[in-house]
Amino acid sequence: MHAGYGGTLILKGVDLQLQQGQIGVIAGPNGAGKSTLLKSIFGLLTVHSGSIQLAGELITNVEPNVLVKRGMAFVPQEKNVFESLSVEENLQMGAYLRRDNYNHLLEKIYADFPPLAIKRKQPAGELSGGQRQMVAIARALMMEPRLILLDEPTAGLSPLFMEEIFAQILGINADGVSVLMVEQNARQALTIADQGFILTAGKNRYTDSGQHLLQNPEVAKSFLGG
Amino acid sequence: MNKLVFFANKVVISGFAIGSVYAMGAIGVTLVFAILRFAHFAHGDLMTVGAFFAYALTVLFPTAGASLGLPTGFVMLPLAMAMTALFAMALDRLFYRKLRANGVKPVVMVMASIGVALMLQGLVRLFAGTASRSFFIAEHKEIFRIALPIEGITRKLVITEPQILLVVFSVLVVTVLHFFLTRSRFGKAMRAMSDNADLARVSGINTQTVVMMTWVIAGALAAAAGVLLSLDVSLKPDMSFNLLLPIFAAAIVGGVGSPFGAIAGAYMVGFAETLAVFNWSVLLRPLAGWLPAWIEIPVKLAFVPTEYKLTVPFFILVVVLIWRPTGMFRGKVL
Ligand SMILES: Nc1ncnc2c1ncn2[C@@H]1O[C@H](COP(=O)(O)OP(=O)(O)OP(=O)(O)O)[C@@H](O)[C@H]1O
Ligand SMILES: [Mg+2]
Repeated sequence: MHAGYGGTLILKGVDLQLQQGQIGVIAGPNGAGKSTLLKSIFGLLTVHSGSIQLAGELITNVEPNVLVKRGMAFVPQEKNVFESLSVEENLQMGAYLRRDNYNHLLEKIYADFPPLAIKRKQPAGELSGGQRQMVAIARALMMEPRLILLDEPTAGLSPLFMEEIFAQILGINADGVSVLMVEQNARQALTIADQGFILTAGKNRYTDSGQHLLQNPEVAKSFLGG
Repeated sequence: MNKLVFFANKVVISGFAIGSVYAMGAIGVTLVFAILRFAHFAHGDLMTVGAFFAYALTVLFPTAGASLGLPTGFVMLPLAMAMTALFAMALDRLFYRKLRANGVKPVVMVMASIGVALMLQGLVRLFAGTASRSFFIAEHKEIFRIALPIEGITRKLVITEPQILLVVFSVLVVTVLHFFLTRSRFGKAMRAMSDNADLARVSGINTQTVVMMTWVIAGALAAAAGVLLSLDVSLKPDMSFNLLLPIFAAAIVGGVGSPFGAIAGAYMVGFAETLAVFNWSVLLRPLAGWLPAWIEIPVKLAFVPTEYKLTVPFFILVVVLIWRPTGMFRGKVL
């Protein structure tokens, strides 16, 4: 797949595949195009050549709101909560396309993310970094997606919160949701990954199971800090 | 005491009335800014166009109001609001949408809206000339003179029917808008988009629909402001020119993007205008006995002569922006 912003091509031949129910982790240096890849998959950027499929159906350059209806969700790297809206309103916006009664789901989310239950009436902008990340992930779960795309869900979090977010992601995956995530903390992320992709300069350099990538000495040396 | 009633008539009632007009205009400006991120300079002209829609309907059916006991122009208001909402959507489709699709800078949008403003002013003059008109064709404007039950007061409180309609209608509109934005699914989507348009798109919110809804609300409110003001005073083809500055001042003073700021700013500008043009010698004259002899009370003592009323919003704008550059309320998002 090839894609980019306006005239500048950032992705120059990325190729990746994830089986249903798996966790895929994309790692790589800053500026490699990891975020660009997720945005292209989610229809936020124009894909110039190549194709994207979801469960065998072509979804290349399909509008995000259509993808949401088809069971995809995306948590962007930055600005991933509505800061001026309350926590509950953030979740309601996640469920914007639902026309059924989703109270049971709200209750489940509040049970899974207890801090959000306490702060449900507070503007999301007033929450701590870890709690905002929870709001962002919870918002994406409101449509009960089959596949969730996460862009650096643990960026800038303390190790304690990081552990918690990783645990949440495993929990989401255990509910049958496929996860494709970009992670800066590659070593830790790859331990929970079924599939790992190391992206450099708009191409995937290494593609293997998470365990194999962790054991690969070259990968460890160049991308996992030795 | 009679002088105080005079003050109430000239300042309080007029201030409320003109403040309500500004409020309905400023809410539209602020909503367009919150969603589309540009200052819509053709907003005053949406008011003129809305008023002319209502006027045309009044000319066509001059007696429609009689059966309801209301001014015909007011009875035509809902229709005029709907027509102006459609008109605003058409403007977006014809001019603004293409620019947006090309991702132009906000300055370009502002320039385009100035172009649209000039074009609409030309169109209005082409069809309606430059003369003022009255909405009261087959009926007369009801003016209530209320005697106050206080001894010694002979002057009556004067309030016109359009002024009452204006205040009641704007309070209603503001209440409905508040519940729409805070309670309804679509209103929340509007706030979400003004907060973070990209994330709104990611959440599956159809941003195109939100944009259209913004024009519907802004257009309808502009029409309401234009019609109700014209009912109270007269329909002036050049009114947009005199409305644009106070409306922008109100929106900016309140904090652009904040509807409640816009309302507060609007009444502030409205009252400041009526206070500034009020002839204060009327209130000072009874005090002449207490004042030292060398002070002579002039016949006319106003801060600003009526014909320079437009400097007032400008002055408030400058003062507030120096004191608090983001406006009275935190702006930018709904
Ligand atoms: N909106 C944009 N317009 C133009 N170029 C962009 C834009 N966003 C990112 N880029 C460029 O695309 C390249 C890849 O950026 P991307 O954000 O995908 O990297 P990343 O792998 O996610 O890095 P990080 O680890 O810092 O998040 C960079 O060179 C960046 O400068
Ligand atoms: Mg990134």
